[in-house]
Amino acid sequence: MQAFKNFTGLVAPLDRPNVDTDQIIPKQFLKAVVRTGLGKGLFYDWRNQPDNRFVLDQERFQKATILVARANFGCGSSREHAVWALADFGFKAIIAPSFADIFRNNCLKNGMLPIILKPEEVEAIFQDVKRHEGYALTVDLPAQTVSDEFGWSARFEIEPFAKKCLLEGLDDVALTLVHEKEISAFEKAHPVPYKS
Amino acid sequence: MAAETLFEKIWKNHVVFERPGEPALLYIDLHLIHEVTSPQAFEALRNSGRKVRVPARTFGTLDHNVPTTDRSLPIEDPDSRIQVEMMRRNCREFGVPLFDLGSREQGIVHVIGPELGLTQPGMTIVCGDSQDPTHGAVGALAFGIGTSEVEHVLATQCLWQSRPKTMEIRVDGHLKPGVAAKDLILGIIGRITTDGATGCVVEYRGAAFEALSVEERMTVCNMSIEAGARAGMIAVDEKTIDYLRGRRFAPKGAEFDKAAAKWRELRSDEGARFDKSVRFDAASFAPQVTWGTNPGMVVEVTGKVPDPAAVSDPSERRAIERALEYMGLEPNVPIQDIRIDRVFIGSCTNSRISDLKAAAEIVRGRKVAASVNAMVVPGSELVKEEAEKLGLDKIFREAGFEWREPGCSMCLGMNPDILRPGERCASTSNRNFEGRQGKGGRTHLVSPQMAAAAALAGHFVDIRDWPKN
Ligand code: SF4
Repeated sequence: MQAFKNFTGLVAPLDRPNVDTDQIIPKQFLKAVVRTGLGKGLFYDWRNQPDNRFVLDQERFQKATILVARANFGCGSSREHAVWALADFGFKAIIAPSFADIFRNNCLKNGMLPIILKPEEVEAIFQDVKRHEGYALTVDLPAQTVSDEFGWSARFEIEPFAKKCLLEGLDDVALTLVHEKEISAFEKAHPVPYKS
Repeated sequence: MAAETLFEKIWKNHVVFERPGEPALLYIDLHLIHEVTSPQAFEALRNSGRKVRVPARTFGTLDHNVPTTDRSLPIEDPDSRIQVEMMRRNCREFGVPLFDLGSREQGIVHVIGPELGLTQPGMTIVCGDSQDPTHGAVGALAFGIGTSEVEHVLATQCLWQSRPKTMEIRVDGHLKPGVAAKDLILGIIGRITTDGATGCVVEYRGAAFEALSVEERMTVCNMSIEAGARAGMIAVDEKTIDYLRGRRFAPKGAEFDKAAAKWRELRSDEGARFDKSVRFDAASFAPQVTWGTNPGMVVEVTGKVPDPAAVSDPSERRAIERALEYMGLEPNVPIQDIRIDRVFIGSCTNSRISDLKAAAEIVRGRKVAASVNAMVVPGSELVKEEAEKLGLDKIFREAGFEWREPGCSMCLGMNPDILRPGERCASTSNRNFEGRQGKGGRTHLVSPQMAAAAALAGHFVDIRDWPKN
């Protein structure tokens, strides 16, 4: 995994609660057997509508790297394709008042930062995006803050372990195999229960 | 010793390594895999030169993509065919047993786990599918994972997990006749909302769950994720033990009795504390029908489509308006006036033998409405076999249902079983998201009984008024 670096990025507003992974990446894209190139399937059924009103179709949000949404973002299926698609499209962080658990985990495994802010802070971002064309936020993971050029900022929480993995781009498996001794000991005490 | 919850007992038994303030390294007893969320995990293993650590704790099946029509024909969709073939290759190369098409064990991953006795009380069980909490019905800790975690479990048989919060959902009293396990869980989600249990491991407690069969408990636990829960579980009792006895991978003879004695301890101790607790009265639940685009958008069958004008919160109002627009529904229409085009009885929520029996009971001797296209997709080969032994296939066929081969089918429509735009479906699956069953398709989640009755009537009906066979 690539190490997470602080960045300043354009914010795209997705003003909906309960955005589910079926919307983020519809099923026809789950037939992929690789992780790359899924950006074309991102919000496929919402994008490319005749009226072009979906946020990611609008010219001004084409280069967005931060997505802001409402509560329970990423609910539904466990498909990691949702995160791969967001990343492939260019997103590096997602801001919402809450995330579905599996989705949030999947983000962390892919160097994507899920930022939980208070509903009123999220609302403030939505308002600012409306007010300022080209509204951008700076994400500072070591300091656990997001801030804008007008002096607004908010702090977010993240588990120290997840933060460390993101910042160092740690490969989970390697990290685990450091504990080979403990795993082997556990396995010795707990034999496979199946006889076929 | 302090009183412990069922979750705490299982968790404690599986911690391999732990440092204060960090996630624990948890041992995984059983890893179930399927063709859609595993290819990238195997690919990563191959690239890093790693092996599957414990193939004997890993089992694969083909379910998400597979056609439910004649299995002797090649899979038409090239992408589906590639995924299926890749799964075969990966399992062969890494020594993982695969329940392939045509084998007696094939079926939906969450149906075959318990059915084959792979799923056992006290285990930690993961799968790259969100409906994994199904296995919690026998007193296991089971949760869905993403593909990176699939890779991690394949390579290490462990997962890093932050300790979740615990939540008790207690339902006292008894369900009224005509109210199914599906109605109970839909009703609960309607009340606590789709993120009411986020971050929690739920234990379902109380007389209402004790009275359910083990298969009905699976229906309940299956939809834990639809309330946002990490996992859902129910304590072991004699029904659990009876359910597991004689299953193919369950212990045999004296070993079974020894295991059963341990399993009986898998219940929350008297006085154990939960981080969160909600209580309901079983008698307050009625048959449910979802009207919107998430499982929390649900009403009783005697109710009406909600009116956004009556909702004061603006964001909630907008969400209802959007859902009604997508669903093609007008406010205040009685649920029983909604006409349907399709019926799907299947999915890991409701495709077990007891589900099919309950639906067949309604269907026997009657005909599917002329305007409705209805199908039954058994959850596994074994379910299909038993259903055919009981003659359920005949009952369904004679009524005009299609009788299909096992798989996920129209739960997510990755195979050819999909709704056309605008088609309205009464479905026994677990998700009514936009486009879930096909782009533009409109899904109403119901119990198998309600789906069967809707197929015959051509619209939703209150199963409690339905004439008994
Ligand atoms: S039936 Fe649906 S929810 Fe269940 S395993 Fe298949 S796709 Fe997942």
